[in-house]
Amino acid sequence: MATKIVIITAGLREPSSTRLLADRLGTSVRTELTLAGSTVESSFVELRPLGHAIIDAMLSGFPTAPLEEAFGTVAEADGVIAVTPAFNASFSGLFKAFFDVLPEDTLSDMPVLIGASGGTERHSLVLEHALRPMFSYLHAIVSPRGVYAATDDFGSHESGAALADRISRAAADYARLVQGCGPRQPHDAFAEDVAAMERLLQRDSS
Amino acid sequence: MTGMQFGIFTVGDVTPDPTTDRAPTEAERIRATVAIARKAEEVGLDVFATGEHHNPPFVPSSPTTLLGYIAAVTERIILSTSTTLITTNDPVKIAEDFSVLQHLADGRTDVMLGRGNTGPVYPWFGQDIRQAIPLTVEHYGLLRRLWREEVVDWEGKLRTPLQSFTLAPRPLDGIPPFVWHGSIRTPEIAELAAYYGDGYFANHIFWPASHTRTMIELYRKRFEHYGHGTPEAAVVGLGGHVFIRPNSQDAVREFRPYFDNGPVYGHGPSLEEFTSLTPLTVGSPQQVIDKTLGFRDYAGDYQRQLFLVDHAGLPLKTVLEQLDLLGGEVVPVLRKEFAVGRSPDAPDAPTHQSLLRARDAGTGPQTPQTPQTPGS
Repeated sequence: MATKIVIITAGLREPSSTRLLADRLGTSVRTELTLAGSTVESSFVELRPLGHAIIDAMLSGFPTAPLEEAFGTVAEADGVIAVTPAFNASFSGLFKAFFDVLPEDTLSDMPVLIGASGGTERHSLVLEHALRPMFSYLHAIVSPRGVYAATDDFGSHESGAALADRISRAAADYARLVQGCGPRQPHDAFAEDVAAMERLLQRDSS
Repeated sequence: MTGMQFGIFTVGDVTPDPTTDRAPTEAERIRATVAIARKAEEVGLDVFATGEHHNPPFVPSSPTTLLGYIAAVTERIILSTSTTLITTNDPVKIAEDFSVLQHLADGRTDVMLGRGNTGPVYPWFGQDIRQAIPLTVEHYGLLRRLWREEVVDWEGKLRTPLQSFTLAPRPLDGIPPFVWHGSIRTPEIAELAAYYGDGYFANHIFWPASHTRTMIELYRKRFEHYGHGTPEAAVVGLGGHVFIRPNSQDAVREFRPYFDNGPVYGHGPSLEEFTSLTPLTVGSPQQVIDKTLGFRDYAGDYQRQLFLVDHAGLPLKTVLEQLDLLGGEVVPVLRKEFAVGRSPDAPDAPTHQSLLRARDAGTGPQTPQTPQTPGS
């Protein structure tokens, strides 16, 4: 059975350096997993076209069809790669808003590789102080090595080589994590709630 | 009345009319609610239900007081709630209030229980929202016994024990008010309704129909699991939200400012998106008829349809006109059409008289049959 990797990317422009980083992480992870003998199916969830739907879901309390489809794609993944631009010392609002409306427990036990892009390398700790804590809070298993790419990384030959090296190390770590975790069962919160209620009713009436 | 019941349910919000910026006073809103209930009876509807809220901008904090008054000025309509908070109200007080109401209204009353999800309300009544589900289970278990047993000895975890307690007055004719359990999307509530073989009411408004379908399928399946009958024999109610004018363009034009500024859905998806995604219908009587008949496609043959008509600052005059259209043009067609092809297994909507007849015939609802699981 193929390993399903879903790449969530919150870049805003075309071409987007966030998407560029996401592509490279995706390719590198695919290479590592393939070398280790897995078949990989990867797909992208681009947040920009879902922007209005995400805010509508926040206001109305329910997702429209394209957003619900994106939720389904994420829920059925064996692993997630999540990449955001760094805005004002944190992830972008759009990136955060997506995870705010994503149904609870979707990312529980999900191996996640984090990435961020930004104008200068001075924002690189955004991975550690914004992305990692949020995914930990969501009970994801965050891969130890994230990748931050600044504009300069795409500039010179030397810095480009250093970025490529960071990407392949992060991808190798993450591929081992995904393999270790194995195929993932999506959480069925609905069935769990009903089962818990049945137990409660039977306890109360016994 | 046989087959299905049709009626209205009110949230009881005091919202400024966005076209005039004028909000009714609380007194005006309460009197308007009574006028709406009387009108509902006059136009031939079967049910009037009021919400329960304990904070502004809402007025119905004491539903049985309101319903007791309405009982005195009506003759035929069933008085109910949408919902009575089983978590924050003491079950002893719920039992008493509805027993008295039942006697005053000569059996024209039932009750829809809900959890309530406004966090701050719980401590106002000495309760803890973190216990919402256990409170629901324990309080409802006690409420059922109070209505069914002459002398109750009871001990739970979340309320002081009762010793040799007898409810006064006893339920009218010894028949407890029929209980509906209402929820938007909490599967636990569908499970509770199924466990006891009570009615299940899906709020169905503000949300896509796909949620309602899932919940009703769950309820019907579990109703059968607990031995109350076939899935078709389960008792289902649905909400709905309509704004009607003879001409559909007029309905859309007139309702748009109330939608755009309304509580819950204002400033989110457009009116057009919302009407395509949720059961909200803004249009002609025929459009309301078509959309409502479509509910059966995913809810099966059901027993009770309540509409929200007085929300978001609509003036009383407009609401009364809505009721004229609902009672005059919509509901008579719905009664006829819903009866066509209705499954013989689908029960009629329960009333005091039907429960009394069932009890006397020995075919009343049975106590839950708890399947034994290993180790329990």
